[in-house]
Amino acid sequence: MASNFALFPERASTVAGEVDALYLFLVAVSGFFAVLIAALVVVFAIKYRRRAEDERPQAIHGSLALELAWTIIPFGLAMVMFFWGAKVYITLAVPPPNAMEVFVVGKQWMWKLQHLEGKREINELHVPVGQPIKLTMTSEDVIHSFYVPAFRIKQDAIPGRYTTAWFEPTKVGTYHLFCAEYCGTEHAKMIGRIVVMEPAEYQAWLAGTATTAVAAVPAAKPEDQQAAMAAAGAELFQKLGCVSCHRAQAGALGPSLAGLFGHNVALQDGSTVVADEDYIRESILNPQAKIVAGYQPIMPTFKGLVNEEQLMQLIAYIKTGKAGTETQ
Amino acid sequence: MNGVETRTNYLNAEYGLLSWLLTRDHKRIAILYLVSVTIMFAIGGLFAAAVRLELLTPQGDLLAADTYNKMFSMHGIIMVFFFLLPAIPATLGNFLIPMMIGARDLAFPRINLLSWYLYVIGALFTLYAMVTGGVDTGWTFYTPFSTTASNTNVVPTAIGIFINGFSGILTGLNFIVTIHRMRAPGLTWFRLPLFVWAHYATSLIQVLGTPVLAITLVMVALERAFHFGIFDPAYGGDPLLFQHLFWFYSHPAVYIMILPAMGVISELVTCFSRKSIFGYSFVALSSVAIAVLGFLVWAHHMFVTGMSVYAAMIFSFISFGVAIPSAVKVFNWTATLYKGSISYSAPMLYALGFIGLFTIGGLTGLFLATLGVDVHVTDTYFVVAHFHYVMVGGTIMAYLGGLHFWWPKITGRLYPEIWARISAAIVFLGFNLTFFPQFILGYLGMPRRYHVYPDEFQVLNVLSTAGASILGVGYLLPFIYLGWSMRYGALAPANPWGATGLEWETPSPPPTENFETPPVVTRPAYAYDLEEVTVG
Repeated sequence: MASNFALFPERASTVAGEVDALYLFLVAVSGFFAVLIAALVVVFAIKYRRRAEDERPQAIHGSLALELAWTIIPFGLAMVMFFWGAKVYITLAVPPPNAMEVFVVGKQWMWKLQHLEGKREINELHVPVGQPIKLTMTSEDVIHSFYVPAFRIKQDAIPGRYTTAWFEPTKVGTYHLFCAEYCGTEHAKMIGRIVVMEPAEYQAWLAGTATTAVAAVPAAKPEDQQAAMAAAGAELFQKLGCVSCHRAQAGALGPSLAGLFGHNVALQDGSTVVADEDYIRESILNPQAKIVAGYQPIMPTFKGLVNEEQLMQLIAYIKTGKAGTETQ
Repeated sequence: MNGVETRTNYLNAEYGLLSWLLTRDHKRIAILYLVSVTIMFAIGGLFAAAVRLELLTPQGDLLAADTYNKMFSMHGIIMVFFFLLPAIPATLGNFLIPMMIGARDLAFPRINLLSWYLYVIGALFTLYAMVTGGVDTGWTFYTPFSTTASNTNVVPTAIGIFINGFSGILTGLNFIVTIHRMRAPGLTWFRLPLFVWAHYATSLIQVLGTPVLAITLVMVALERAFHFGIFDPAYGGDPLLFQHLFWFYSHPAVYIMILPAMGVISELVTCFSRKSIFGYSFVALSSVAIAVLGFLVWAHHMFVTGMSVYAAMIFSFISFGVAIPSAVKVFNWTATLYKGSISYSAPMLYALGFIGLFTIGGLTGLFLATLGVDVHVTDTYFVVAHFHYVMVGGTIMAYLGGLHFWWPKITGRLYPEIWARISAAIVFLGFNLTFFPQFILGYLGMPRRYHVYPDEFQVLNVLSTAGASILGVGYLLPFIYLGWSMRYGALAPANPWGATGLEWETPSPPPTENFETPPVVTRPAYAYDLEEVTVG
């Protein structure tokens, strides 16, 4: 983001090249048609300029063949754009399974980011190069949008739900992080940066040592990072008293949460729901919405008691599959 | 009066302010609209100037952040709701539709007057909201920002737009009934001028779409006042519901702006090349196709909100579908020029400029319909550039072109041709210099609605601001010489361009009853090859 003037944005993620290729295809096709139409208009306007005031050209009423041609050919080209665009969109929507998770909370007017192992940052995200990063994001107030032009990704952070995005940085460097959805007075200053580092440097940064001292720090395994985030969740799970009802034990007031994540849950009304992030979040904030079959609707809401970051920690804990099994 | 006999016409039939404020003559109501939308355009333009000046430098050195936010919000709200939407239908449409179909007036003259009053009341409400603190939500009013977080005058502004919405609904209703019921004998549907077809399609959108906007704004006001929990998740609402409802109206609204513009262009291109339009029925029916398909693409504004991949694909697909009838029109206008007798009169220069700007605007729409690319460019200056090319480039070029074309008919005076040609050229150049750099800015990643920005975006912003000042001159010139012509311009004959169409068969300016004897139509529209040359 250094240079003072550019005509093409920096390309620093694996998908950036795919987006650019499609973009250049669109530039070529639309450039061709723009030049074609401009040329025809100019040539006709000059060649057939009015030479005498009483000139009456012969009427040409139309041509079915031409109408069909200029309907079908653009439609064909549009379909190429459509399928190609959909393919890139699907790539952008599906994070690779080995992605490292980062949680993002938008708030007027800052980005709060949290690594799985618990490290928090504001308006700055450090990531290792060559590692897919999955972002799970939400907002504490209004709609924000997480936008990194150099990675060609943008995703709205919406209060009340979780959205995801991912990227794999390909170049070490510092890149703009913008808020792209108008969010109030300081919208234009809701700017952060993504710092892409060599993996070893990243580990050093994680460990809190100076970026120069590289070698000795052993790479933390994603499992350890997950554990750190979940540990904070486990603590909350105790503190908020969730554990008194949600335990793996016969006669418990609430359903056990052990091994719950990602599985189907049968509900009171006979339907089923997948226990994903959104369902767990809803159940914490609005417990009466989807009651699990066989239980009474007695859980109180935790709205106002937990903030978005704590919700994410709780979810990380429930994801471990051990929630409610490790009581004090 | 140089011996010229002054006939009774709609302008001199009655005198006095009340004769205007209580008129039921569609032509006088059109003039009332012309004055009102011009005032609103000037106000909206001043806000645009402030915004562009602020963006001259990367720092926020001219306006404070909240002032800037209010400036671009009011610019958008005034231009969209009080200029671009009513400009062509309420002025040119009101003036011309009854004359083009050989009728004496619209079907409901009193409702027509009522719709002007609703427009004025809506505009006054919005201006009141503006001077008593402004509004900072942008013209899109996204929730929960507008319902909960913004502490500005959201409700009075929404009321202004709500009232103005009824103006559009009533005008649309009036046009539909008039076009169905009041056509002259012999004027079949497929003999209608394309201007009338375009307004028919536009009116369908106004009548079907505007109520959805009205209801949505009521919900915003209720949520703001009573925390109803419709849109704000803090009260159990859904923030994306607003976007669905809003765009369900506001995407078709783009076609309320551009379809009448296309109608104007069809009239201009045929007249100044003395050719029948190439493929009349394709051009006519493409207006209806655009109106119908336009209702099915709204969620392409929401590809990065986390909607399901399948839903995104459906909306992307239909968005490409709506591009086709637009492309068909451009090809047909171009083909109409072929072997024509082309005059470079000022209205034609505006029409050719329209084709250029609309082509760029339409083609860049493909980038936004393409899913993978939209993710990167949405909410950036690429979008700003795109919708200005379509909505502003398209609508204003056609509006100015149409205003020049029918100016002799409306006022009975001719304007100085040379100044009109110069201003058409200035508008075209200024417009491109203002908005083309914004496509590049957008792909570079500059988000919209920023009053400060990183240094590397400055060069392109300076170009854009320079273009805006040229564009401002281009908009100011017609204001001066058209105003001048009303007093000093040469008297206009009934048909100064040698155009076909019933409105040219009556004196300029027309008598109150439009036609001295009710016309009978025996020819298709644009039968330039069958007309005798009767300029004058």
